[in-house]
Formats: sequence, C-alpha cells, structure tokens
Amino acid sequence: MNDTNQRPDPDALLEKVQRAEARRRRGRLKIFFGASAGVGKTFGMLLAAHERRTEGLDVVAGYVETHKRAETEQLLQGLEILPPRLVPYRDTQLREFDLDAALKRHPALILVDELAHTNAPGSRHPKRWQDVEELLDAGIDVYTAINVQHIESLNDVISQITGIPVWETVPDAVLEEATEIELIDLPPDELLQRLKEGKVYLPQQAERAAENFFRKGNLIALRELALRRTADRVDAQMRDYRDDHAIQDVWQVKERMLVCIGPGANAENLVRAAYRLAQLLKAEWIVVYIETAKLQRLSREQRDAILRTLKLAEELGAETVTLSGHRLSNEVISYARTRNATRIVLGKPSLSGWKRWVFGSLVDTIVRQTSDIDIHVVGKDSKFMSQTGANPYFSRSRLYLGLASEEPGPLFKLREGYLWAVAATVICTAIAWLMLDHFDLANLIMVYLLGVVIVAARYGHGPSVLSSFLSVLLFDFFFVPPRFSFAVSDTQYLITFAVMLLVALVISNMTASTHHQARIAGHRERRIASLYAMSRELAATRGEGNVVRIAVKHVTEVFEAQAVVLLPDETGRITYPKDEGAAQSCHGSDLSVAQWVYDHGHMAGQGTDTLPGGEMVYLPLKASSGMIGVLALLPLNPARIALPEQQRLLETFTGQIALALERVKLAMEAQNIQMKMETEQLRNSLLSAISHDLRTPLAAIVGASSSLVRDGNRLASEARQELGLAIYDEALRMSGLANNLLDMARLEAGAVVLNRQWQPLEEVVGGALAGLTSRMANHPVTIKLPHDLPLVEIDSMLIERVFSNLLENAVKYTPPGTAIEISAASNQNELVVTVADQGEGIPFGEEKRVFEKFHRVVSEGNQGGAGLGLSICRAIVEAHGGRIWANNLPSGGAAFHFALPLTEAPFIENEEAVQS
Amino acid sequence: MNNTATIIVIEDETQIRRFLRTTLTSENYKVFEAETGKRGLIEATTRKPDLIILDLGLPDMDGVEVVRELRTWCSVPIVILSARSQESDKISALDAGADDYLVKPFGVGELLARIRVALRHVSSAANGEEDGVFSVDELKVDMIHRKITISGDEVHLTPIEYRLLTVLVKHAGKVLTHRLLLNEVWGPNYVERAHYLRIYMGILRHKLEKDPARPRFLLTEIGVGYRLATV
Repeated sequence: MNDTNQRPDPDALLEKVQRAEARRRRGRLKIFFGASAGVGKTFGMLLAAHERRTEGLDVVAGYVETHKRAETEQLLQGLEILPPRLVPYRDTQLREFDLDAALKRHPALILVDELAHTNAPGSRHPKRWQDVEELLDAGIDVYTAINVQHIESLNDVISQITGIPVWETVPDAVLEEATEIELIDLPPDELLQRLKEGKVYLPQQAERAAENFFRKGNLIALRELALRRTADRVDAQMRDYRDDHAIQDVWQVKERMLVCIGPGANAENLVRAAYRLAQLLKAEWIVVYIETAKLQRLSREQRDAILRTLKLAEELGAETVTLSGHRLSNEVISYARTRNATRIVLGKPSLSGWKRWVFGSLVDTIVRQTSDIDIHVVGKDSKFMSQTGANPYFSRSRLYLGLASEEPGPLFKLREGYLWAVAATVICTAIAWLMLDHFDLANLIMVYLLGVVIVAARYGHGPSVLSSFLSVLLFDFFFVPPRFSFAVSDTQYLITFAVMLLVALVISNMTASTHHQARIAGHRERRIASLYAMSRELAATRGEGNVVRIAVKHVTEVFEAQAVVLLPDETGRITYPKDEGAAQSCHGSDLSVAQWVYDHGHMAGQGTDTLPGGEMVYLPLKASSGMIGVLALLPLNPARIALPEQQRLLETFTGQIALALERVKLAMEAQNIQMKMETEQLRNSLLSAISHDLRTPLAAIVGASSSLVRDGNRLASEARQELGLAIYDEALRMSGLANNLLDMARLEAGAVVLNRQWQPLEEVVGGALAGLTSRMANHPVTIKLPHDLPLVEIDSMLIERVFSNLLENAVKYTPPGTAIEISAASNQNELVVTVADQGEGIPFGEEKRVFEKFHRVVSEGNQGGAGLGLSICRAIVEAHGGRIWANNLPSGGAAFHFALPLTEAPFIENEEAVQS
Repeated sequence: MNNTATIIVIEDETQIRRFLRTTLTSENYKVFEAETGKRGLIEATTRKPDLIILDLGLPDMDGVEVVRELRTWCSVPIVILSARSQESDKISALDAGADDYLVKPFGVGELLARIRVALRHVSSAANGEEDGVFSVDELKVDMIHRKITISGDEVHLTPIEYRLLTVLVKHAGKVLTHRLLLNEVWGPNYVERAHYLRIYMGILRHKLEKDPARPRFLLTEIGVGYRLATV
C-alpha cells in the first residue's frame, strides 16, 4: 500500500477537527447512563464528582435528586450545593434547578441530575437537557444522569416492552454530543434485591414500583437496550479512531436518505425507524411531506399531527421539507433526484388486496420508476397502536386516523357549495328538459357533465361528488323511460348510469384538484412575490430606520403578525426602538427574552423550546458577521407560523432582513472610517499649514528682535527701523492667521450665532476697506453699488470678514497696481456681490476647490496664509443661507461672487412720525 | 506737547503692561499699574488719574463691572483693551460708559491716538471752550447757527439727520454705540432698531462724504457703532 492511499479523507478530517473545536469551546458533558432507576447513577456521579474535587476542580452540585437514599445523601456532604429555585405550582412549591444562579456561579464542573426532567411551567426552557445545553455553551462542564427509557429514539420500543409510556424524552443528539458516557450497570437480580431492601425507593413506593415497572422481564430488556446503546457508541468511537488512523478500506459516498411521510398513523413510527436506520448508515436524512390536493383537505387536527411528526424528525436531526405537488410519486422521485438521495424510506401501503391493485400504491409506483435508489419499506405496528390506545399520548395519535375531521371555519362555505351543487343539477335538469324533444339522451348526459365540471371548479371536491350522484339520479328519474320513476325499463341504462357516474366523478376529481393546485401555486407565488418585493425594497433603502420599517411592514403582511425589530445598542443590550410608532407596536415583547435570543442565536417564544409560554415568537437576525438583532412576532394565528414551510419562509425573511441591516451597518461604518480618514487628513494639512505659517513669522520676529536687543545701540537708525518693521509685519501676519483659525474653529464648532441686523451693504464694504487701508495701498479699489440696493439682514461682523478675506485674497494673488472692483446687484430673491481682480485668474478646474480648507492654488508659493480665508468665506456665507462661487472673467482676472438671500425689509416710519 | 497726564493701566498680562509702561512713560505720561480689577479700583481712588486703560479679561472680576463701578463716582475717560472673542463684552463696556476701545493686537500709533482723543475730549468739556463750531478738513458744523458746510457749500439736513450729526459732534472722536445713538436721537423706544440708525447714517454720508463707501468723517466701527473723525 502506498502513502497516498493511506491518507485520511480530508473532508472527514476537517469535520472531525471542527467538531473537536466546538467541543473544546463548549463545556464537556459526561452522562451516567443506566437501564433503570436504582442502578446507582446518582451515586456513581457523586463519587466521580468527589474525585474531581480532590483533584482541585471547582465542583458544584447544581441539582441532585437523592430520593432520600441514605448512601447517596451521605455522598452529597462536602459538596457545594446550589440552592434550588422554588417555583410555586398549584398548592405546592416545586424545587427546580436554578440555571441563572448556576451560570452566575460559573463553576468548572456542575452536577445536574435527571437529564430528562421537565421543568416547571414558566421556566426558561421546558426541558432540563436544554438547561444543560446552555451550561455547556457557557463553557461549564456538566455531569448528569439518564435512564435508557428517556432516549427519544428508543421511546417507542420501550413503551412497547414495558407497556408504560414515557413522556420525558431527551433527543439522541444530546447523547451523541456527550464527551463521555459511563454505563452504570447492575444485574436485574441485584437491582430487585436492592429494591426489596428499600435502597431504591421508600418501602411503600417500592411495592408499587415492583408491580408495574420493576418486573424482571422489563429489567432484562432495558438492560439489553442500555448495553446495546452504549455498545453503539463504543462502536462509533472505534470508527472515529479508525478514521483518525486512516484505517479505511473503502471510500464511502455519503448516504442521503429521503423519508416520505403521509398523514397516516404510521408517520411517527416511520420517522423513528428512519432515524435508527440513518444512525446505522451514518446517513443524512430528509423527511419530506408532500401536500397534494387531497392532503390539503385534511382536517386541522390531522395537519397538526403532521406538523408534530415533522418537529419530531427535526429533533432527531432530520432536515424537513414540505413540498406540494399533484402526484405523490413524481414529487418524491424528482425531489430525491435533486437532493441526490441514495435511499427512500416509505411506510407500508395502507391499501391492500384489490384496491391496491386498482389504484396502485406509492411504493409500487416508486419501485417501478426508480432503479438506482434503494427503497426501504417500514412496516406498521398495529399491536402497538391498539395496546397503547388508552393513554393520552397515543390518543393524540388516533387523530391521524382522521376520526375527528370537522373544521368549524369554512363550514358555512361548504354548505353553500352543496346547495349550489343541488341547484346546478336542477338547472341542468331544466335545460335537459328543454332539449329533450330535439336531442338524444346521450347529449343530455353532456349537459349534466358540464354542470359537474362547473360545480367542481367552483366548490371543489365534495359538492361535485354530490352533483355527480344527483345528476345520475335526476337523469334516471326525468329522462330514462319509464320517466318520473327510478325504475329502468332497459337494463343497458344501468351501464349508462355507471359510466356517467364514473365519468362525472373522475371529471369532478380532476377539476377540483386542478383548481386546488392553482390555489397552491397562487399561494406560493404570492409568498415568493412578497419575498421579492421585500428584498427589492430593502436593496433600495438606506438607513437603519428605513430597513426596519420595510422589514416590519412586509413581515406583518406576509405572516399576519405584529412584528417588531429589536436592535442592540453599542454595548450589545437589546433596547426598544426609539421611534415612537415602532415602540408601540412592540407592546408586550419581552426584552429579556429578546436578549437571550440575541446572545444565543436561537429562536425562542411560542412554539419553540425556549420560553414557549409567551405569546410572541423571537427570531434571531443572523448575518455573516454575527448577530444583528431580533425579530419579535406576535402572530394572529400561531399554528400558521409553526408550519415548516412558513418557518422556512420566515427564516428566509429574517435572513434577508439581517443582510439588509448588516449592509446598512457596514455602510455606516465605512462612512465613519471615511470621515475619520478625512478628519485625519485635515488634521495633517492643518498641522503642516500651521507649522509653516507660524514658524516663518516667528523665525523673523525672533531673529529681528534678538538683533535689536543685542546690537540695538550699534545699529544705524535705518537698520533699527527696518528690523522693527519686520517684527511688526510678521506679528500682524501671525495675528491674521490666528484670527482665521479662531474664526474657522468657531464656525466649525457651530458656536457662531448670527447677530443678524438690517444693513446697507455700503457700510460693511466701507468697514472692510477701512481695516485694510495699509495693505490695499497698491491696489486701487472701485466700488460700484447701485443706489437702490436693498438692506440685507446679515451679521455685519462676519460679512465684513468675507469682504476682508476676499480683498486680501485678491491682493495676495494679483500683481501690485492692478485694480479690484467691488460690485453688487439684486433681484427679487438675492443680493449678489462680486469682488473681481485683474490677476491671472484661477487655474482651470480649481474654481470649486479654492473654497476647500487648506487649499492653496500655488502650494509652494510665498503668499502665506493657511489657505483658510476662502473656506471661512464659504462657511460664513452658507451660515447666512447664501452661496459662494468663483469664476474667471473673459477680460482676465478672477471674480468671486457671493449671494445673500433677500427677505422683506423692515418697515421704517417716516421722519414726521418719529418727530411727533 | 507737554504730557503730564496720569494713566492707570489695569491689565493682568505682564508683557502687555511692560509694553504699555515703556511706551507711555516715553511719551511722558505718568503710569501706575494694577494687575487685578480690585487693585485697579483702589489705584483709581488714590491716584486721581486722567485716564484709565482697562483690560476686559481680568482674573478677579469682569471688566464691564469695573467700568460700572468707576462710573458710579467718576467720569475719568476709560479706554478698553479687548481680544477678538470679547465682542459683546466690549459693547457692554462701551454702553456702561467706557469711552473707547482697542482690539489686541494694536500698535503704538493707534494707542496714543486714542489716548489723545480721550484726553482732549475731557479738557475741551472741562474748559468750556466750546465755540459751537466743529471742523475737520472741509467739513464745518456750526452748532449755534445750525449751519453745515462742505468746502463752504451749505448742506441741508432734516431734523433727525441734524440731531444725529450733533450727537456725533458732541462726542467727536469717541466711539458711540448703536444703542447710545438710537437713544439720543430717536429716544429710548428705538434702541433695538439699529437699521434706523444705519439708514440715516447712509443718508448723512451721501450728503457729507465724497465717497460714501469710504467715509472720511463718519467712520464705522463694525458691529459696535460710529465715530466722528477729529483729524
């Protein structure tokens, strides 16, 4: 054998590694497994716990049921015991395991007895094994104990053996996930001996127990099951070991099994049998329920029973699918092919003898039509049914037989349908009566058949069957000689009746089912359309609020439920929506449940395993990056939400919503990053600008002043004068920069409150020019302001800054001697001011960028200034609700314009009114 | 000019005090310094100053408060020093009775000019030398005959325009806040209607100035008020 063949299958290896990884993060579960009560599971568990404790592990007894057994109670001493949670129930108080306290205490190892226990109503989880799952998820190791009869897949077998139904079951998956299973074995004789000695139950209990359950035969059978179950596990470990060490001779294609269930009583058995088969084969299995037109007419109870079976299958680890189609066999085969199933498991046909021969059975059809798929047929267990019929669990199963089939809702509609069936037949008779003289009897039959078709199309199966029979009767009565009697003169009419009835029935059946198919297709199309509609709207939306609104709207419509999307805040706490409308619609939703769902990523609430008591259903919104939020639903019709296909649809919806929310979140994050980057860039350019513009004048000032201080007396008076002037100029330049920075900072921070007053523009221009006299010396300024220029409501200090900056800018970028022109014009809405120079103009493409912060047209120039002036202008003008822009003049030079909005000027009393 | 006036500088910044002291001493003024508002008020009572230079940003008390305190018992001219971020304080101080202001940073020329204006105003008022005629360059305002001429050409003013001009002439060289002018010309009900003042000032400029956008006489102190040029 060469090396490459010996290498383990990489996929299988990866799966193993992933499972090992998941186990490492979770706590480790050790199960003390026994055939029945009294074999010493709790005892064994406590012994092991003491060992761990002496090893120095932090061990806490979370919940231990000693049944007042002396030896066991003794062992409990020395262990830290978690106080039980007391739950008032009717008149008593139930002692329950306190999950929250355990999670808070967070020991390394916790003992939780009786894994199959059902928690008191109102607990977080209905079952204790779910508590244990949460402990494991929290990374706490758990020791627990369970008896073989509590294992889900063996439940039916054991009920058959002992005749005693067991309600408290644990899914097999829990056992399979356990890190270790320790079988506590005790031969039946010894167990019975212990029972007699009162070591298992208190004496009076023991007697009753021995009569019912503790019969030797039962105990032997249970022991065998427990041993076999443990052996299966050992076998699996062996196989794992072989996988590890590449002891694998044949590369096996993964088996996939399709289990087809129907509304029959057998469905539950079928699922359990299929599970055991799937375990043996290590196969994936899919449970399919195909809803044909006929099956759609099942009573509500029957449909509920199917739902329960599908749920059971899910609990046992199957994937469940509900399909709808016309012909069962075609759907099963085509689905099996699309999923590459290697085996199909079917129930034994319920029809037998001639009926099976005439109508055919699903099994026969499928066997005929497939050659490459193995077919398993699972038998029915009639004895089991009759034996256990008395207990409530199985009386529920009797509903599968269709004993109770009344549906109260559409009864009226149904009755209406039958009335119309009668009416249609009567009308047909009337038409046939009119035709009688002119046509053959055979043609009259056509009229009746037409009636049947119409009734079938409009009112479905039942009325059309009624119509079929009535047609034959009325035809016989009114038209077949002797007329007006049901007697028949010619026997060949009997054949006519038979064929007419058959044809009518076939037509009615086909028409009704076509009709039904169309309705199903319609439903599906609506569903898909609604999903599409939501996706499309979500795709076109921005902002979390809008996504939530759209999601809620669609979910409400499609699932007939009140919906609310609950999102976490920064710290991961789920909060009520801030939007008031949304806050109202989530009336009754429980934030703590939502939080649990958010933390664990499992659904909770009505119809689920967690807090099933509530009215609402909570679904996690999972996106690729993790949990995004929670969708809470208050369904009008909870049963509808529980339908597997609705669940699937709901999952698709939540997936879409989560994706949309994630997209919005990512977009926001990207925007934040972008903003941060821009801020960073801004800070950098600010730093470089300031360091340059501050240092240059500072260098000049320090140099000139030090020279004055040191050599002041020796310097010629002109030189002193020059140095002094240099200091003065540079200091002024720095002062200007400081002013600009201050202005910018104030404008940016929004700290500027406009002190708006009605002003003539002329005064502001004058003020600005007065402040710049010395610097404007080399640039003649012309002012062209129309006499009728209206007053503007502005903050004169700030607009003066705009003028100063624009003028300084013009001085800075134009050669000395060139003129600057200030002009203004007004229309109805705004006053446009222009400052035009005769310089080189603005380089092409820079017209907008000049208003950006720290932007300088000639970056290496010696113009000085941090490039803030124009951006301050823009900020000020925009604060006034105006706009600013620049362009080059055709005559050369640049023009800066800003427009200020004009409003109605204030009223001014004439002089006489003031005088008086 | 023989300066013997006494000036108190109330300013907490050592460097500014140093600059003021050297400048003013070299101009022959007698200078006393105070670092805080309280110290300044004490100096003002003991030194009998001719002028007070007051910084608005003092560590111990609000500069505007100092102006109010001073104005309760004396009418000595007060020149305010303010930073750019103290616009509203500056106006409050002027309204409270301060005579003039300087925005930091300021040059020596500006400082001395303001001091001279303030001192002259006091002396002219004290000596009662009012001959009733004010003149700067080509502008001549004869208050007794109610006659205004520009280069000898008579200008006709409405009563309000005339009243506005006379208020300015009375305080020539001094900054007059919008509030003060509105109160003096239109009356206390009009102090919030600054646009009246601006419009009449505009009209007055068009009548008196050669280039109204660049006034020679009727100067604008942006955001504060107006001042009539004296030189």
